[in-house]
Amino acid sequence: MPEPQIRKTAVIIETIHHEGGPTAGPPQRKAACLTVIKNPFAGQYHEDIQGFMKDLEPLGKQMAQQIIDALGGDASIIQGYGKGTIVGAAGEIEHGALWHVPGGYAMRDKIADSMAIVPSTKKIGAPGARLDVPVTHTNASYVRSHFDAMEVGLSDAPKADEIVLALVMTTGPRVHARVGGLAAEDVKGEDGLR
Amino acid sequence: MNIRKIITQVERTHSEMGRPVDTAKSIAMAVIENPYAGRYADDLPALIDAGAQLGDLLGRAALDALNCDAQAVQSYGKSALVGEAGELEHAAALLHPAMGAPLRAMLGGGAALVPSSKAMGAPGTIIDVPLGHKDAAYVRSHFDGMRAQINDAPRADEIIVAVALATTGRPNPRVGGLTHEDAKGADGLR
Repeated sequence: MPEPQIRKTAVIIETIHHEGGPTAGPPQRKAACLTVIKNPFAGQYHEDIQGFMKDLEPLGKQMAQQIIDALGGDASIIQGYGKGTIVGAAGEIEHGALWHVPGGYAMRDKIADSMAIVPSTKKIGAPGARLDVPVTHTNASYVRSHFDAMEVGLSDAPKADEIVLALVMTTGPRVHARVGGLAAEDVKGEDGLR
Repeated sequence: MNIRKIITQVERTHSEMGRPVDTAKSIAMAVIENPYAGRYADDLPALIDAGAQLGDLLGRAALDALNCDAQAVQSYGKSALVGEAGELEHAAALLHPAMGAPLRAMLGGGAALVPSSKAMGAPGTIIDVPLGHKDAAYVRSHFDGMRAQINDAPRADEIIVAVALATTGRPNPRVGGLTHEDAKGADGLR
């Protein structure tokens, strides 16, 4: 399998100062890296697709680093993460599933406290399709203040034979988090859940 | 000025129609409270003042996203998207009286009119920012645009203000006209 053919890349950063409530501490930041690649399986059914996961690994690492750089270069400030794909109309949802392993471990390799599974979503979409990428705490999935999401998309992608790969990281809880549950400071960090 | 959030997006195109290209453009957007939401005001000084501040702030944020020197910027554009409790004139107050000068100062020049667009919208409405060459409006390869949307803005009493910058024209430009290389840049047109 050849290496991924990249048409374009995008980095999106959100700095959230408040959402109508009191401001406390530094603003929450969310950043996404999107890469538009050609879908090598577009147009017909291929039984054996797993090899492409390996081919996506270097790209995953690059994208994870781009997000960390966009947030200032210090991976220790990352508290939440998520991933997703939008597969163009000539592909299938299973092609999007190829991103789970290379996308997820690319981020976990760079973030020290990352016991938690990386939440994900995927869909088939046309150019301009938007994806709500779920975000949870990097070390304990049950941290309620960090259940979050970032909407991403590009006006000109994915074309039918393309896939948009997305990684997202955040630097803190929802900006006015106040619905209780497991708090980030109470995480045991043993099982990735609590 | 009450800023709720700032968003930057940078896009780099590496290939288009199978041909290698290298283009980059960025957009910086601020979601601000509309101080005139829900009422008619004859004068709009708070938005004119906010426009001046945002010309500098958003220009810097967009430049930062491009990660290049100000001298490398070739195109610019600006837009405002007003939430439903405001009026189109609020966009005009932000964009036209005072925003251009600080943007040009930040870039170290810009003889051409800053192309602009304005609209009313709800959260998630697409914002289309026109882009044009910053020193010579007739440079045809640089007639372009950048599109963005923010899923949670503008709420009724908010306005999205955007500045877009580009270091190049379109990918694979080939419809002729004045080129970047031949532009004089003296009168802002050619």
